[in-house]
Amino acid sequence: MKFAFFHLMPYRHLDFAERAKHRSAWVVLPNSLYDPAKGAEEYASYIDQLVWAEELGFDIIAVNEHHQTAYGMMPAPNLIAASLIQRTSWVKIAILGRALPLTANPLTIAEEFAMLDNLSKGRIITGFVRGIGTEYHATGLSPAFSHERYQEAHDLIVSAWTKPGPFAFEGEHYNFRYVNLWPRPYQTPHPPIWIPSQGSSETIKWAADPARKYPFLVTFSAADLVARYLNMYRDQARAFGYEASGDQLGWAAPIYVAETDERAKAEAKAGVESLFNDYLNNPWEMLLPPGYMSLTSMKNTINMRKALGTRAHRMTIDELMESGTVVVGSPQTVREKIERMRDRTGLSIVIAMLQFGVLNNELTMRNMEMFATEVMPKLR
Amino acid sequence: MPAITQYQVRDIDVRLFEAGSGTPVLFLHGAAGVPPWGAFFESLAAHHQVLLPEHPGFGNDKHASKIRNIADLAMYYLDFLDTLPGPVHLIGHSLGGWTGAEIAVRNCSRLKSLTLIAPAGLRVKGTLTGDNFIWSPEEVQRNLYYDQHFADAALARTLTEEEADIVLANRFMAARLAWEPRWFNPGLERWLHRISVPALLIWGEDDKLIPAVYAEKWARSVSGMRVETYAECGHIPFVEKADAVTKLVLQFLEGGPK
Repeated sequence: MKFAFFHLMPYRHLDFAERAKHRSAWVVLPNSLYDPAKGAEEYASYIDQLVWAEELGFDIIAVNEHHQTAYGMMPAPNLIAASLIQRTSWVKIAILGRALPLTANPLTIAEEFAMLDNLSKGRIITGFVRGIGTEYHATGLSPAFSHERYQEAHDLIVSAWTKPGPFAFEGEHYNFRYVNLWPRPYQTPHPPIWIPSQGSSETIKWAADPARKYPFLVTFSAADLVARYLNMYRDQARAFGYEASGDQLGWAAPIYVAETDERAKAEAKAGVESLFNDYLNNPWEMLLPPGYMSLTSMKNTINMRKALGTRAHRMTIDELMESGTVVVGSPQTVREKIERMRDRTGLSIVIAMLQFGVLNNELTMRNMEMFATEVMPKLR
Repeated sequence: MPAITQYQVRDIDVRLFEAGSGTPVLFLHGAAGVPPWGAFFESLAAHHQVLLPEHPGFGNDKHASKIRNIADLAMYYLDFLDTLPGPVHLIGHSLGGWTGAEIAVRNCSRLKSLTLIAPAGLRVKGTLTGDNFIWSPEEVQRNLYYDQHFADAALARTLTEEEADIVLANRFMAARLAWEPRWFNPGLERWLHRISVPALLIWGEDDKLIPAVYAEKWARSVSGMRVETYAECGHIPFVEKADAVTKLVLQFLEGGPK
């Protein structure tokens, strides 16, 4: 089993009373609530944590992209990846991911990943995503063309990495007379591509296709949904005529470990509840703008996620533990929950979010250390 | 009440709501889809043949992929107009008003007149349109009307599953056509001089989706356009000020006093 330490880099100094006056911590939350002096310290702490994860023995350290939000301070995750390359030596660095449809020129994404791959001598794992719905409010790009642009940008980037240039690319959304990347990627044929998703059936089918076999990561979902989606991927692989390996199946979740179940819950509570209620929670109109998914997927998602969507009450850590959306407890409890998910799905990638919401540096580092020493070794 | 048929133009069939007889009126609906057949349509149909097609991609996504932008929708309606025996009075509301203008700048030969009700299509810098894509369903209804009784009535209704599906499809198509650039075509203003039929513009002074200041830009850009605005009225004047708007429109279609 492989373990990633994944950071969202939330802005923890958020004025939550002010936050409550706005419909979301995304897009519409005034950036006057961001204090650069405090934010700069956050970046420093978070990068230290990511770097320390290598020393602790994590296989992968991971970052991601979001825009105009206190939820995560990484609109340009490749900048973080570049600084991590300079401070680490062997750990893999995953960018999970870049949102392909949001840029007018996806070749810049191909170029940046190729640069990072060279700078790190092949330590880069890339993630290809569409961005969550709020991203389409933040960028102004029409969600109705999100899927088309994603597919086309993917084809363009992979071609740019693998086909001898210069060549021409003729698409609907992107057209280039000259595609000719300098530098080419360090890894052959190209850096791994992982697909973080909240589980649309179209995405699962596309990722599992034998031409791609992209590792599929389920994020922020109740345990039953995680198992369901990972098994959908496995079923899809069988329908394509092959057996998915554990290296194609990943689970990303907030995890907190302490000496006892009680202590873990008490220490994780504020972080978990702020993550789900204050940072992540979005109204439907922002999370699922029209066209972001096909009509059928949208209806399915609305039905399945009613429990996680807009709601009158704040979600509690008990509810989130009960549903298995977060994994919190003693080393044994956490090990057992991961083992259970492995048994249900065959997964062998665990993306551990060991800092979440307002969880402070001290608890984050205790969590990281305990996860690395008490959980990881016994699951390898 | 209107008869409902499937109307086929080339490879696209849509629902067509039709009532009355006389000089034909083609009504192009807004982004919310085919409006309820209210007093305005009843009165129009007492004097005219009223044709109210559902835009391709609205109602369901069967033909959505064939219409990528407002220009495609305008071209579709030029084909549509060619299937009719003669010219029509065109009335368009909001997104449908924008479409009507896009049709008229391309070809007015199938039009007798053009009536635009709170049309999208232009942009007034410094006065953003309302962000209906971020508004909650309740905010949408509240912001569509000045008189909140209309919003209350709309919000009191529980949609059937079929109606909810239609709302979803309509929002998808609206995003296709109008998310970016938001509710306007940067090129349209330049060609509005090509509108060569009598034109009428109707606006609610309290429109929160497309503010009434947009009416001034239309009036400057379309020569000879008659402009009527209504106080204490939101984005749907033919509902909120049904009597006055009906009277005005019927008079305008008859070529009555300016």
